[in-house]
Amino acid sequence: MTTVKFQLETLSCPSCVKKIESALNKQEGVKDAHVLFNSSKVKANFDETLIPIEQLEVTITKLGYSVLSKKVS
Amino acid sequence: MTGKTKRNITAITGFLLAIAFMFYLTGWHLPQEIILVISTIIAGFPILIKAIQALRMKAFSIELLVSIAIIGALFIGEYVESAIVSFLFLFGAYLEARTLEQTRSSLKKLMDMAPLEATVLRDGVRWTLPVEEVLIGDLVAIQSGEKVAIDGKVVSGQAFINEAAITGESVPANKKMEDTVYSGTMVDHGYIEVIAEKIGDDTTFSKIIELVEEAQESKTKTEKFLEKFAAIYTPAIIVVAVLVFLVTRNIEFTLTFLVIACPGALVISAPVSIVAGIGNGAKNGVLIKGGEIMEKLAKVNTIVFDKTGTITKGCPEVTDIRAFSMKEDDLLKIVAEAEVVSEHHLGQSIVKEAKTRSVPLSNKPDNVEIIKGNGIRARLAGHQLTVGNRKLMLGNGISISPEADAYAVDRERQGNTAIYVAVNRSVEGIISIADQIRPEAAEAIINLRAAGIKQIYMLTGDNRYTAELVASKLGIDHVFAEMLPEDKVTKVQQLKDEGLRVAMIGDGINDAPAIATADIGLAMGGSGSDVSMETADVVLMADKLDKFAHAYSLAQATVSNMKQNTFFAVGTVVLLLIGVILQKVFLASGMFIHELSVLIVILNAIRLVRYTSEKAWYNKPTSRNSATQQVREGV
Repeated sequence: MTTVKFQLETLSCPSCVKKIESALNKQEGVKDAHVLFNSSKVKANFDETLIPIEQLEVTITKLGYSVLSKKVS
Repeated sequence: MTGKTKRNITAITGFLLAIAFMFYLTGWHLPQEIILVISTIIAGFPILIKAIQALRMKAFSIELLVSIAIIGALFIGEYVESAIVSFLFLFGAYLEARTLEQTRSSLKKLMDMAPLEATVLRDGVRWTLPVEEVLIGDLVAIQSGEKVAIDGKVVSGQAFINEAAITGESVPANKKMEDTVYSGTMVDHGYIEVIAEKIGDDTTFSKIIELVEEAQESKTKTEKFLEKFAAIYTPAIIVVAVLVFLVTRNIEFTLTFLVIACPGALVISAPVSIVAGIGNGAKNGVLIKGGEIMEKLAKVNTIVFDKTGTITKGCPEVTDIRAFSMKEDDLLKIVAEAEVVSEHHLGQSIVKEAKTRSVPLSNKPDNVEIIKGNGIRARLAGHQLTVGNRKLMLGNGISISPEADAYAVDRERQGNTAIYVAVNRSVEGIISIADQIRPEAAEAIINLRAAGIKQIYMLTGDNRYTAELVASKLGIDHVFAEMLPEDKVTKVQQLKDEGLRVAMIGDGINDAPAIATADIGLAMGGSGSDVSMETADVVLMADKLDKFAHAYSLAQATVSNMKQNTFFAVGTVVLLLIGVILQKVFLASGMFIHELSVLIVILNAIRLVRYTSEKAWYNKPTSRNSATQQVREGV
């Protein structure tokens, strides 16, 4: 299991939270994805053998949110 | 779409709307219509893209509702409505993002204090490295104007350090050899060399940021309720819209429903207050671990204080040594030798006194037995040493002579803790130790009462006389002395059982069980102590009681702010619905009211960012109602 934190640009509508969470959680290999609305971050636990980190980033970008930085731990 | 393009599009469409209005005034109908359509397309396009992006991920979004409304309005030829709705939606989103940043600004300011690079001395060579490359054990040099990049102990030099990032206190603290410095703080003037002990995410500073970030996400009951409400509200309104269309065949009326189905202010009203409140706390050195804790703290009516380290400074000093047969320094020597192993603050102050008097500590104690809350027993150079309170002596069958007892009681009456020293079962002397009351304690207690605290308790392991002396100086209602850590837990539980809402504040280590038992547990002196940061609900990073009073007033202000917002948001929804049903509110006005309500809710929360409790106290020394009044009146 790997944990990644993406820093997005300021999230302003709370509805984005659900949108991003449900899109990420639908991906295979993602255990749980969680949006930190107030700090505009996405925290995801996922299995790197099933899904590459880039795939998560692309999913978020495709939803219309640019990823500013990421931190893997 | 980035914030910049959003801003540009909003500006362009705003300009187009102004031109269209001029054409309207001059009566040129056709150009007015054309410009409105162009404006709709420019502003509507990015909204539509977002809606499609979400749809592709099988997610339902507010943008979809607004897109349908805009396209529908174009379809029926309501160009004014379509242009205004799309413009307002974008403009609203832009303003929301800008103002939301304000509610989050406290944390942002903290994060900006994060150090970027450090000067490291390796093999006598100076390297300037990015913080990520500093290793544990590295010798880090910091000079005036530079930030400390790691947590560690000072090994040489001396400096005044601004620790606002950690404690919220901007008065520089003097740091010299052996003192701990923290990442994120800044050297005001001076020069120090520090051995790195904690780096990167393990530093206290990083932990504070992490903790505050998590705290801001934790949901309050109000928030959960509002989210549930919104989750039902939006689909319900859409269903109503469809029904309305089937019955009335009135497209504009139907589209209006779609616009007001956005839950905007409803979902955001509670979280913005909490975020602003928690951020304000963090900036002032008060870490409140979440919205629910904020709500509980606001309701507290009883406070239980620990004495040592909480009401008093917790660094007691030896005030007197009375040796009955041996020399003072010899008595001090044997006690200090035994107490070296003790982590108790009284024991440590004896060791400190020996060091100050340059008494050499040569013997090592054996069979050390620490009797929690009472004292210590050890064998030292062939003698059995018993050091501790009256209870420990009596429990070990050591008799106390009347004059020794009279002396001890006299010392205790003067606010000292009297420590009996027995060698081989005979009392050889008494060491008096006193701990100063924190200078801000009296005022903090007055402010807490003014903010609505009804009963104040003090529980201490110390003797009755000292405890009562402290309590009477500060006007504390109830005192319980000579208590063990488990007695404190029982007492806190008992107060809770009586129906009181109890906050327990202690130093975080000895008092951890009692802190965990209380409705709200607060720990003092969080700086660097991981235990207190984990067990307590609220951590006061600066060792200052006035921060507690601030935290309490802040919690009340935050909760009342949240209530105002919730009330306002729900009220707006109801009024909008009535307005739509009575056909008084249409597309453009519906969108306008919706965006306006979101902004009002955010602006209200921003007041909390700048909230200072002092203003509230000065203007209302009597009742709590006037305190919240003051907050409403715009601090």
